[in-house]
Amino acid sequence: MVAQPKTIVVGGGLAGLMTVIKIAEAGIPCQLFSFVPVKRSHSVCAQGGINASVNTKGEGDSPQIHFYETIKGGDFLANQPLAKGMCEAAPGIVYLLDRMGVPFNRTPEGLLDFRGFGGTLFSRTAFAGATTGQQLLYALDEQVRRYESEGLVEKFEYWELLSVVRDGDGVCRGIVAQDLRSMEIRAFRADAVCLATGGNGVLFGKSTLSMVCTGSAASAVYQQGATYANGEFIQVHPTAIPGEDKHRLMSESARAEGGRVWVPKDGKPWYFLEEKYPRYKNLVPRDIATREIYYVCRVLKLGVDGKDVVYLDLSHIPAETLDRKLGGILEIYEKFVGDDPRKVPMKVFPSVHYSMGGLWIDYEADRSGDIVVGSPRNHQTNIPGLFAAGEVDYEYHGANRLGANSLLSCFYAGMLTGPAMVSYAKGLERSCETVEPSVFETERKRQEQACQRICALSGKENPFVIHKELGEILTDNVTVVRYNDKLQATDNAILAFMDRWKRIDINDAAQWANQAVSFTRQLWNMLELARVVTLGALRRDESRGAHYKPDFPDRNDNQWLKTTLARWTPSGPEFDYAPVDISLLKPEMRKY
Amino acid sequence: MVPQTIQLKIKRQDGVDAPARWEEFSLPYRPNMNVISALMEVRRNPMMTDGRRTTPPVWDANCLEEVCGACSMIINGKVRQACSALIDQLSQPIVLEPMTKFPLVRDLLVDRKRMFDALKRVHAWVPIDGTYNLGPGPRVDPNVQAVAYDLARCMTCGCCLEVCPQITPTSTFLGAAAISQVRLFNLHPTGKMHARERLEALMGEGGIVDCGNAQNCVHACPKEIPLTESISAIGRQTTGYLLKRMFGG
Repeated sequence: MVAQPKTIVVGGGLAGLMTVIKIAEAGIPCQLFSFVPVKRSHSVCAQGGINASVNTKGEGDSPQIHFYETIKGGDFLANQPLAKGMCEAAPGIVYLLDRMGVPFNRTPEGLLDFRGFGGTLFSRTAFAGATTGQQLLYALDEQVRRYESEGLVEKFEYWELLSVVRDGDGVCRGIVAQDLRSMEIRAFRADAVCLATGGNGVLFGKSTLSMVCTGSAASAVYQQGATYANGEFIQVHPTAIPGEDKHRLMSESARAEGGRVWVPKDGKPWYFLEEKYPRYKNLVPRDIATREIYYVCRVLKLGVDGKDVVYLDLSHIPAETLDRKLGGILEIYEKFVGDDPRKVPMKVFPSVHYSMGGLWIDYEADRSGDIVVGSPRNHQTNIPGLFAAGEVDYEYHGANRLGANSLLSCFYAGMLTGPAMVSYAKGLERSCETVEPSVFETERKRQEQACQRICALSGKENPFVIHKELGEILTDNVTVVRYNDKLQATDNAILAFMDRWKRIDINDAAQWANQAVSFTRQLWNMLELARVVTLGALRRDESRGAHYKPDFPDRNDNQWLKTTLARWTPSGPEFDYAPVDISLLKPEMRKY
Repeated sequence: MVPQTIQLKIKRQDGVDAPARWEEFSLPYRPNMNVISALMEVRRNPMMTDGRRTTPPVWDANCLEEVCGACSMIINGKVRQACSALIDQLSQPIVLEPMTKFPLVRDLLVDRKRMFDALKRVHAWVPIDGTYNLGPGPRVDPNVQAVAYDLARCMTCGCCLEVCPQITPTSTFLGAAAISQVRLFNLHPTGKMHARERLEALMGEGGIVDCGNAQNCVHACPKEIPLTESISAIGRQTTGYLLKRMFGG
């Protein structure tokens, strides 16, 4: 038994911070590592809101309906007990966030206001203008700062995770990380480690994600033996502003507040989503809306001015309502495009947005399918002592995530992972302090040598150019519409990129704040992960949620109601498949 | 007329003790570019206008949507976010410099730790009893929420400190951002129960009396947070608190 264990959380977005809070609340010290100051984490980009079936609008909503819609939205690929636990915990989570001071929008009576969102007909989404993620992250950042000032939390900002340290039995005993200023590489001991390092949209070059969301940390531990699950399920959000540096999200809440999607046809607006989906209209789940927009632009060639553009129209809604409920995104559109969406329809197109897949994690449920809170199995990867929480894990969303469920899943993941790490660490037979120093020194040396090899790269290739090309081919072939020949060609291209990587000219010898070295390391990790995404898609011959193959247009539960498991080998990912826990809801046709 | 190229002039410095130098770049023009995409272009081909090769410039950025606060720098003499600085709206050559009120790390990257330390000093949080299920939070007047929301959008970007004459690399003044956060937490029904601690912090060294009322902060804030209103409000709160303390109210 370890009385006072040491813990490490890597990543300071919503999931990471909530994990830290739960650990600190148990009186256990925690070291928090982050690539950026945690207040600048990607969670700030979430706009629309957080789901919780509080049913304050007399609509008859309930956590059970939320659970059903989450599973159906994910095309029945999600393991059901965790999703159920999340939906049941949601009202309490929103109340807690409210207590922390999140400035949620209010009803005239001073209660929390809720709005509609994709994949539901209920008003279930609490929101703070259209910058809900920013407000939620700040609330957790503030609570963690409070623990930091009490000495329970120690932050390492501008540090990059390089690897985890595994002892002779394969148990995770700490991490190796690099200070991105001094470039010093150090090993840190811990009894339990959590990765909360977010998504991998930067694989695709331009996406709605922040620059740090490369998936590099997840890829690093995948290369150390962590199983990566459902990597082929990538969400492409229907509405984003195409940009030169990134695509900027235009929240689903725009449609929840009455925004309409259309293109001109025969001289008149054609509201194609409303026509095809009379019940859900513009709020069909994201995978469906995105495919419809692709069909209209690419097959019917009816995009605005013949381009990959559709209108997202708010101009019929009173400006005062828009300012109060959507101010944040209107400001983004005005600042980055220069037009006023209160007056003219916005020009948008789908963009890579979220990874449903991620590191495989375990959970413990009782016989009625209720999650056992505090079980060390919850959110633990297949590497003992290594946990994963947030977008970096593969749970909750199946083959497609519903809008406003990501903030919720991050938060719930943290509420499970913190206690799981504490009980796992306390139950260890021996503390990380008793592990031989050579275990840490060997891994630190390995990383130092890898870094030296990167610093010595002196070919002709530019890492940022390789990344751009990777993003382009992945976006073309491994997003909305997938064909096996193109997926195979993409994997061949990735192998060629890996070859070119070895001929990079690092072009910066500085031993201080060297971003080229860090990016080049991450680029390799991105290439490894890109193979998991691409080959996972190649193998899955069906269509389910965000994964769509015109040559296999139907969902095939007989063969493919399975979780994809990828395991790293030197010659590429090896795939295996595991059954999905469908003990609570029977799969049915997914119709909207 | 649409320009064919973009002229960039970047102030480079390898570290805090290294000499500064200027490097100029000439990039092919594309529509809809911002300063970040121009910097990305330089990174893909780090060749100066005079044909000499250089290292890729170092800068801070993350969300690129003006919500994370990372990419503040001085662009054509004005401190702002590089992501929302659109090339079409800037006169050329576009001059990029790091902020001057924070310790330089490298090139355009600075260390804004003092801002996060300030949040710690003023207790910028709502002290909750725990994360257990303790039922709904307090009711909030929608008008108060509207004020709070505007204040809560502060992304700790540092623009208000950069333009403040009272802030120097060695001064202890906490700056407008932290003062405005005190107003935010003193507005919250639970937060206000602990208003005293925050006001005490602002009455100490580097607190509100160090504000010289230059009012530059409110003009520099990219989120248009009413910083001068916050400073006045906190001025009134500290005065009220002081009187109370003196006369035992």
